[in-house]
Amino acid sequence: MNQQVEKSMPYDVEKIRQDFPILDQKVRDKQLVYLDNAATSQKPKSVIDSIVHYYETDNANIHRGVHTLSERATLSYENSRKKVQQFLNAGSEKEIVFTRGATEAINLVANAVRELVTVGDEILITAMEHHSNIVPWQMLCEKTGATLRVAPINKQGELIFEEFEALISEKVKFAAISHMSNALGTINPIKKMIDLLHRYEIPVLVDGAQAIPHIAVDVTALDCEFYVFSGHKLYAPTGIGALYGKMEQLEQMAPYQGGGDMISVVTFDKTVYNRVPYKFEAGTPNIAGTIGLGAAIDYVNGIGIEAIAEHENQLLNYAVEQSKKIDRLKMIGTAKNKGAIMSFVLDGIHPHDIGTMMDHQGIAVRAGHHCAMPVMDFFGVPATARASFAMYNTFQEVDALMDGIENLIEMFG
Amino acid sequence: MLDDLRDLYQEVIFDHNRNPRNFRAMDDADLQIDGFNPLCGDRLTLFIKISDGVISDASFQGQGCAISTASASLMTEIVKGKTEKEAEQLFTLFHKMATGEHVEMDELGKLAVLAGVCEYPARVKCATLPWHTLDALLKGSEEPVTTE
Repeated sequence: MNQQVEKSMPYDVEKIRQDFPILDQKVRDKQLVYLDNAATSQKPKSVIDSIVHYYETDNANIHRGVHTLSERATLSYENSRKKVQQFLNAGSEKEIVFTRGATEAINLVANAVRELVTVGDEILITAMEHHSNIVPWQMLCEKTGATLRVAPINKQGELIFEEFEALISEKVKFAAISHMSNALGTINPIKKMIDLLHRYEIPVLVDGAQAIPHIAVDVTALDCEFYVFSGHKLYAPTGIGALYGKMEQLEQMAPYQGGGDMISVVTFDKTVYNRVPYKFEAGTPNIAGTIGLGAAIDYVNGIGIEAIAEHENQLLNYAVEQSKKIDRLKMIGTAKNKGAIMSFVLDGIHPHDIGTMMDHQGIAVRAGHHCAMPVMDFFGVPATARASFAMYNTFQEVDALMDGIENLIEMFG
Repeated sequence: MLDDLRDLYQEVIFDHNRNPRNFRAMDDADLQIDGFNPLCGDRLTLFIKISDGVISDASFQGQGCAISTASASLMTEIVKGKTEKEAEQLFTLFHKMATGEHVEMDELGKLAVLAGVCEYPARVKCATLPWHTLDALLKGSEEPVTTE
């Protein structure tokens, strides 16, 4: 245990933990140690309360009722849009479209980009993408005859920048790049990547699903055309996420789905679409989830994203140091600039056995391909075990993780 | 600390994981097929020789967790010398055991060491993948088998 570090921190992790009711429980008779935050984070009481409050006092459909409840619901829903705008430092709240999550946001953009590309054009991604930032572009390429180009990574799991640069040409019509890898933890130099792509006037989508709880995002400074994230990795409920898009882009884009709320006038001859962002929000949306997302952003702002990142980085550094004592452990993803994700394999022990054996000690880690099969192939492993840290994790939990790994190695023999 | 895990991870399973039996490719196999669990990435290739309706040899290759490796190893041991029909009956029994249905353990012999898997829903497919693969092989399928 590194007492020194904890004492010097103004960060009160015990107080934060009290805000997360789920953490105070036993799993298989052991204190729960939740280290699967890169899959989804836990929710603070304020987020849970915001949803309960909405259903108990304000529940109504939005944008259409003139009655009081509908006005309250609409106000809360639109307030969340402002909160997302401020959280991302977007120019206008109209540039924020609510989606089911990062996946739907990417599909929404890919659907529109499909109209703009043809045979011979290229779409550029990186080798560390999550399946959700690969498959929509593959589908686009299948439909259009465009080609998917993949910028490679090195053995540390970092983008090989020169090769990325070499793939950029006038043929590339769109680029979709991960801000932070979910399987490796690598943080990409996205500002540098965006600037380079813009020299060729290539629009860029940044997949921020992993980055959003760890990195202060400023879309105005990044100057990306699109930024997407899922709420549930940011302490908000599942089923809600957001797409940031530059207004000039969103205005040109075709709607993703047709239905109520996305229209201004409908006749059987013709429909006039609603303005941005409503053009992209067909049907009754996830109102409660959106309000929960707003509450999650308030909660994160209350602690400060920089303070959270600092805490998580200390946990990661401590975990990496401690893991060096375990001979059979090999880290997958050792980028210089990485977020609080520790992906690893143990010589001779399959990650699924690790997952079950850790669960028996109350420790939740992820075992699998992390929806990044190409990354697994690159490192020549079928799967990895992954511990990922959030604002409420402690140094004691890192110790529990290491003890857990040593216990299972002993059992496996 | 991990004593209660012994119900799942019995010593026999570790033994078969460390030294899987019949772990080899078979150049002169009568039938072979791939099995894949897309959820966890376990994959194996199963080979068998059949003469007069009797499985005269069985082997496998691939990579998977201790449960799936041990299950494949035990399966290739036990089906040797069995008729196709007997192998199918064993598959039915094994599947019942793995999913927690009542079966007479005596009929399963060595395979009973995998009975603990029924307490771990996420791991049932690890144990049954080799058997689903064998089942598909005996039914004459040539498509790779997946557990999904």
